[in-house]
Amino acid sequence: MSDIKDIIKEENLVYKKTKVLTDNVMHYCPGCSHGVVHKLIAEVIEEMGIQEKTIGISPVGCSVLAYNYLDIDWQEAAHGRAPALATAVNRLYPEKYVFTYQGDGDLASIGTAEIIHACNRGENIVVFFINNAIYGMTGGQMAPTTLPGMPTSTSPYGRDVKTTGQPLVITELIAQLPGTNYVTRQAVHTPAAVRKCKKAIRKAFENIGQKKGTSFIEVVATCNSGWKLNPVKSNEWMVENMFPVYKPGDLKDE
Amino acid sequence: MAKVKGAIKVDVEKCKGCGLCVVACPSKVIDLAREVNGKGYNYAYMANPDACIGCANCAIVCPDSVIEVYKVKAEMA
Ligand SMILES: Cc1ncc(C[n+]2csc(CCOP(=O)(O)OP(=O)(O)O)c2C)c(N)n1
Ligand code: SF4
Ligand code: SF4
Ligand code: SF4
Ligand SMILES: [Mg+2]
Repeated sequence: MSDIKDIIKEENLVYKKTKVLTDNVMHYCPGCSHGVVHKLIAEVIEEMGIQEKTIGISPVGCSVLAYNYLDIDWQEAAHGRAPALATAVNRLYPEKYVFTYQGDGDLASIGTAEIIHACNRGENIVVFFINNAIYGMTGGQMAPTTLPGMPTSTSPYGRDVKTTGQPLVITELIAQLPGTNYVTRQAVHTPAAVRKCKKAIRKAFENIGQKKGTSFIEVVATCNSGWKLNPVKSNEWMVENMFPVYKPGDLKDE
Repeated sequence: MAKVKGAIKVDVEKCKGCGLCVVACPSKVIDLAREVNGKGYNYAYMANPDACIGCANCAIVCPDSVIEVYKVKAEMA
């Protein structure tokens, strides 16, 4: 048997953190899906060699500080307004790779108008929609995406659909808009899902180079702090409860 | 016979002890330490190092990107 010391040598390295991620310690809770998605975006940017050409628009939500973690150019938008800011940046710098990174509160609540119109105009951007069915940053309040009966700090007895409606499945709406060319729903809860999600991210960034219009990637995600479950249990809960409502897979690929 | 042998290096001080790598490992290599790091987290470590195949599953699911993966083809008697 070879000794661990003989294996852990530079020449045997097969995986390490991409340099597009900074060395800053992420402020996210242990096990938060945001970190995994950040890593995948960073890896795709490195592999495509577009670090100098990529501009991210960060949201309001837990990922407000995303600009501390990906070593690219960034703008930070007012709550929900990332697609409007991305529109401006993309029109000023049409050769750049512009993306928004938004939570479900940001994109599907306060920012519903901005995202619908940007996608309808077919802005040549990538949209990352991190759907954890809750307002994570502010303490786990109900979002439009919260599941029926799901307890949150503002629906302690579970979401009552009689008064608050059904979960807003906004990605299905987005897929109907002619401005979008690629609309997919992914997750990052297993190694296989992570690999698949990375392929989707690569395709979306390549679409920008081909000026195809809006590529939209929903990532069904966990917020273990807001859900009051541990990270491993959160992934299990997500598969069991989120996937039936937010079904993983491609909705549109033109 | 050549057999693939792997090993991981965890940045202990940056690990948050979330346990996602533990369930992602197909060979049950990883466990969370009883000791904690400077932030108070039970960090991940190779509890069963001989079983590691260097597949990197643990590293790609790690939200904090604190795992490095190494792999060799070891000659077996
Ligand atoms: C104009 C405005 N309204 C409300 C808030 C408070 N606020 C901050 S984050 C947030 C929701 C974030 O939820 P989400 O977008 O789902 O992100 P997560 O933290 O879950 O990733 C709200 C309502 C704000 N910062 N600005
Ligand atoms: S509150 Fe939720 S979304 Fe925010 S960092 Fe913690 S787990 Fe992630
Ligand atoms: S997945 Fe990463 S942060 Fe979580 S326990 Fe494993 S090494 Fe630590
Ligand atoms: S590299 Fe593969 S086998 Fe080794 S610890 Fe990680 S997941 Fe387990
Ligand atoms: Mg959210």
